[in-house]
Amino acid sequence: MSLLARFVRRLLLIAATLLVLGGLWTGYKAMGQATGDQWPLTNRDLPVQTDNETMPPAIDIVTRFFQDEGSASSTMLLTTLIGNCLFTLREAAVGFAAGFVIGMGLAIVMLRWRLAERGLLPYVIASQTVPLIALVPVIVAWGSQIDLGFMTWEPWMSVALVATYLTFFPVAVNGLRGLQSPSRQSIELMESYAAPWRVTLVKLRLPSSLPYLVPALRLAAAASIVGAIVGEISAGVRGGLGRAILDSAIYYLSDPPRLYACVLTAAFLGLTFVSLVGLVDTFTAKRRPPEVPA
Amino acid sequence: MTTSAARPATPAPTAATAVAIAAVDKVFNVGKPNQVEALLGIDLSIATGEFVSLIGPSGCGKSTLLRLVADLTDPTAGSVVVNGKPAAQARRDRDYGMAFQHAGLFDWRTVVRNVELPLELEGWSKARRREQAIKMLELVKLADFAEHRPFELSGGMQQRVAIARALSFEPSLLLMDEPFGALDEMTREHMQTELLRICAQTATTVVFVTHSIPEAVYLSDRVVVMSPRPGRVAEVITVKLGHRDDDIREASVFYDAITAVRDALRGIERGSPRGVDDR
Repeated sequence: MSLLARFVRRLLLIAATLLVLGGLWTGYKAMGQATGDQWPLTNRDLPVQTDNETMPPAIDIVTRFFQDEGSASSTMLLTTLIGNCLFTLREAAVGFAAGFVIGMGLAIVMLRWRLAERGLLPYVIASQTVPLIALVPVIVAWGSQIDLGFMTWEPWMSVALVATYLTFFPVAVNGLRGLQSPSRQSIELMESYAAPWRVTLVKLRLPSSLPYLVPALRLAAAASIVGAIVGEISAGVRGGLGRAILDSAIYYLSDPPRLYACVLTAAFLGLTFVSLVGLVDTFTAKRRPPEVPA
Repeated sequence: MTTSAARPATPAPTAATAVAIAAVDKVFNVGKPNQVEALLGIDLSIATGEFVSLIGPSGCGKSTLLRLVADLTDPTAGSVVVNGKPAAQARRDRDYGMAFQHAGLFDWRTVVRNVELPLELEGWSKARRREQAIKMLELVKLADFAEHRPFELSGGMQQRVAIARALSFEPSLLLMDEPFGALDEMTREHMQTELLRICAQTATTVVFVTHSIPEAVYLSDRVVVMSPRPGRVAEVITVKLGHRDDDIREASVFYDAITAVRDALRGIERGSPRGVDDR
């Protein structure tokens, strides 16, 4: 199957899933409206009420995309959301790429020097226990003081750093496992050729690490989008999905469908990015050693 | 013990000596509580073009001895000379090819690119190494599978690719560590015949580690029988089968040689009963 066909198939799958979810939503709401928010034939309340404020009709959420963004703007919500998506995607993708490079770099350093593995790995793991919400203001504060000389540090770059922070960890940990995965026999084969360490890395260890990296990259892709959205909210950066979600949350009582539209868009962006990253898998699919779960 | 009669004198390396092992000891974990004497006082000389098998019970250090020749581990005492130079230099000069129990092909490379791997490391041009790899695949009769992936091949075919890879840069010495150990009996016999044909065609010296007595006898000019804990050369049996083909496996001369090797292996068990330490 061609790359494009695989990608289109995934998008169709996502669309079908959304249809099913929409059906369930509508069915549940119809049931609740008919029984007065109780399970049929019982006196027990439903876990979620089905009034239009809590659960706006699915069709309202869909049509909301094509209405004006807000009372003060005549731009279609969909148009704005697409712009928000691209803004957030840029943060996530740039951060993801940087996180990949840093993560692989760390993995290679830890592979090369056992001492570094023992010294670094606990900190790599500890880094992920710091709550994101506490970290973002620090990153933003530092980011505003960064003076690179050749370019200005823009606020969105601080948000990208959040994505970097979330990406480097699974890449470093799984990358190290993958780099260490070749059998002793394969290592000795390279030794028997008197291959220098660098050559063994490129010809044996890096290709061996790919099946370990693919699930890590998928994980990191999803985390990058979430990290970017949370980062935007926490850092108060305008232009992305995070801000759109925050604004819609403020107007929830008067315009519930808008928040749902934003959340759906965020989920869709996450799935799209994960699918894009998953295309790496196409290049490894013809290789047999199957993916190792993250 | 029956060791004295066949034990060779320390060889003087000559131009016709492919491998010269002199007074080699190998001790693991020196000075620690788990110290193990893997090899003790090994003297062995292998002539160019010779096929020598190392056989013995598990733990007799035959694989360790092979790894010493390959310079994948260092001797604690003594010297290992390969092609007239120290083993480390021979490894750097890529004087030998190596094949292991598992073919160990790289799944992300096609069959032909697996065979090309050592040539790539030697810096051959793309066209030249492709030509050589195809030639080697023809030698092991797998040229039709050049563009296949390793996992599409049977175990025996994969092992043939591994042999082609080991021979691709035409080393004068081939080191094999139980290469047919994971194959079924019929495939195994076929591979043995193929290996002899390839070695005759390429005039390669072979050091071959095996558990199988018939395999050692069928393949070898000499069978080195080793005793365990610590590993020593117990006996060296010269096999004179003449021309080897499938018929020879039924011949009495084949059985006689098998009996000789088996007796030597039993002699080891009788010679060092449990509880007796002859160090």
